[in-house]
Amino acid sequence: MSAASPSLRLFLRSTGAVFLKDLRSELRTRYAVSALIMFVVTTISIILFSLGSEGASTDALSGMLWVVVFFAAMSGLSRTFVMEEERGTTLTLQLLAPPGAVFFGKLLFNFVLVTGVNAVTVVLYAAFINGFVIRTMSIFVVTVGLGSIGFAAAATVIAAIIARANTRGTLYPVLSFPIILPLLLSVIDATRMASEGAFFGEAAGEFQLLISYIVVVIVSSAMLFEYIWKD
Amino acid sequence: MNPTLRIAGKDLRKEFDRRTVFRDVSFSASAGETLLVTGRNGSGKSTLVKIICGVLSPGSGTLTVTQNADEPPRESRNLFGLVSPYLQLFEEFSAVENLSIAMGIRGMPFDPAAADALLERVAMFPRRHDQVRTYSSGMKQRVKYAFAMIHTPPVLVLDEPMSNLDGDGTAVVRAVMAEQRRRGILVVATNDMSDIETYDGRIDLNERR
Repeated sequence: MSAASPSLRLFLRSTGAVFLKDLRSELRTRYAVSALIMFVVTTISIILFSLGSEGASTDALSGMLWVVVFFAAMSGLSRTFVMEEERGTTLTLQLLAPPGAVFFGKLLFNFVLVTGVNAVTVVLYAAFINGFVIRTMSIFVVTVGLGSIGFAAAATVIAAIIARANTRGTLYPVLSFPIILPLLLSVIDATRMASEGAFFGEAAGEFQLLISYIVVVIVSSAMLFEYIWKD
Repeated sequence: MNPTLRIAGKDLRKEFDRRTVFRDVSFSASAGETLLVTGRNGSGKSTLVKIICGVLSPGSGTLTVTQNADEPPRESRNLFGLVSPYLQLFEEFSAVENLSIAMGIRGMPFDPAAADALLERVAMFPRRHDQVRTYSSGMKQRVKYAFAMIHTPPVLVLDEPMSNLDGDGTAVVRAVMAEQRRRGILVVATNDMSDIETYDGRIDLNERR
């Protein structure tokens, strides 16, 4: 066994413990889940009332789905760092965990949260929005999966940055939008392909873009996080 | 006792927004010794405490920690335990859960019996399963001592150690201090000299501005 293994095991144990702490806290308080679900239900209701019995183009429906996901994510994913700051437990975590374990633990938590919320969003959207049909399920499932990872990755590092700011409520969506825009454009395009019944291979370009985005965001965030987190 | 355990700061300096909090701070302490940090409000006691614990970087200068060669090496963050008014517990969890979470995040095994013994010692055993949010400020301070000691840190750092504590709590803290002196290094930051009976080195931050 290599010499690095004990350190890696310790790091993974810390990461898992940060994730479990946030998960247990969320299950107990339901701060983020409540905000996210309420946002999703409200927004889908507004879209439903706006469209009425009228249909909309595949492009528009694909776009609206991800608008719901974007703003829902913006209303809930920052909680993971903002709550630590508001409760004064940032120092406690700094004392207990290496910065990387905090980042990856919270990234994992945000991924689980956003995946759950995306699943609820997609089911409600497909059930209630007239004309939204998925013809190539494989493209859609991969898109939602990669989109969830991408959203969680970008949202986690931005949340860490804005948690220290006084105007964190308004700053979060404003700062997130340009960073998440490439992800949004790709997932909207891939969702449109899934709705139109394209072959899986036709969406390969979008998937490559999404994977590249995820890798770049996670690697750069992991490298920068210590500077955001420590001082 | 850890005979080779030692912490040493050399020419430490910290600035916030170009305002110098302190400069030229040097000190050292070995196993069995107590380091006292004093200074008026705003002199940087808490800042120095955070630098010693590794959660804040000094602007310049070096801080070195030498571990006891006879013991398995620890991650640097696991060498310190901190009790301070600004260190908050996870309020939606109980005292026992806080200790378990702390050990989990530190990557160390959690021993429920040791946690119970510690909570008994700080007189929080009967309320150990209640959420921290339901505790008084004095009770939270007592749990902070268990939180700081659950991993038996070689260096225990106490900032305003007696804050919010009653007579019984003060007696518990004095016993904790005495035990820490026997097994490692004790660092106390306070303005109240009645908090501490003896010390081996003193940093007066009023002279380091």
